[in-house]
Amino acid sequence: MSTAVAATTWQESVFRGLKKAGVRQVAYVPDAGHAHAIQQAKDDPEIRDVVLTTEEEGVALVCGAWLGGDRAVLLMQSSGVGNCVNMFSLLESCRFPFLTIVTMRGEYAEFNPWQGPMGRATQRALELMGVTVMRVEDPDEVEATISAAADSVFLAGERVAVLLGQKMIGRKKWEQD
Amino acid sequence: MTDLLERRSAVSTLLDRLPDALVVTGLGSPTYDVYAAGQRDTNFYLWGAMGGAVPLALGLALAQSDRSVLAVTGDGEQLMGIGSLASVAACAPPNLTIVVLDNGHFGETGMQASHTSLGTDLAAVARGFGIARARTVETTEQLVELTDVAAQRSGTTFACVRVGLHENARAMPPRDGVANKHSFRAALGLTTF
Repeated sequence: MSTAVAATTWQESVFRGLKKAGVRQVAYVPDAGHAHAIQQAKDDPEIRDVVLTTEEEGVALVCGAWLGGDRAVLLMQSSGVGNCVNMFSLLESCRFPFLTIVTMRGEYAEFNPWQGPMGRATQRALELMGVTVMRVEDPDEVEATISAAADSVFLAGERVAVLLGQKMIGRKKWEQD
Repeated sequence: MTDLLERRSAVSTLLDRLPDALVVTGLGSPTYDVYAAGQRDTNFYLWGAMGGAVPLALGLALAQSDRSVLAVTGDGEQLMGIGSLASVAACAPPNLTIVVLDNGHFGETGMQASHTSLGTDLAAVARGFGIARARTVETTEQLVELTDVAAQRSGTTFACVRVGLHENARAMPPRDGVANKHSFRAALGLTTF
């Protein structure tokens, strides 16, 4: 439950930024760093939360939401970016607006070497597939950065990923398992 | 293999009876079949993004709850995005109907046998993922009943429509995804962005 995660300022800022941007669908493969935003999405009657089996579903879902007039976001961990690569072609082929918020692993005080390869390739994988990357390292800049990304996406039709740096997220200690 | 439905006439029946549905097609033959049944601005044709037809239709169905949304795809495309059936079941949008034209083969790449020729039962898979209203369709009567159910928007529905290995001329819709997106949104009264 949500009580397992102490909502810090930057975690609240993620959801606040999305809410202010008018996001109506929140698709996700869970990550501890996104736990607060996921719970807030579940609790908000104006937002549909959609749990995915793999992140590439979220790329297609965000496009379908846009076709039908909804603003949507994909929340995922850096490992999920690798799962999305071919599905990203949908974004460029149709120039769909696309917003994703990615929690980084494998880059700072990472205890699990299995997170390293995809973590190090995340930004380049996004950029190779035509997604603009905005990184956040300062908790005070999370909401403003998400707001700026949302404007680029929903007002200018761009494809933007906001990467939340692992140094800001902190060492993995917020959940027992 | 004698009495299997012919895919073009099956799709024609579906779409004729669902004139107001918003339609998403999976790449390959289903895209051609839907276009051959008649161009509509509310058709969205995938030419790639394999595995994306159902999750795209899910996002559309959640956004357009007052409209019937129809995903028309093939067995190969559905298999690549098979987990999306679990995501659909978890949301259970009552206006979403998934139609898999199952010929048991990868038609676009040389007719190699797919998993549905080798033991996979997609209606059972869908039921196992939690889509209670999942069925195999093998007759025109069942197809007609399926359209009645889809028009009611009374529950997520999955149909594995068994079709034969008929050869059809390719009917290719425009491959301009940007134009397709714009005309689709315009038909719903939405601006480009």
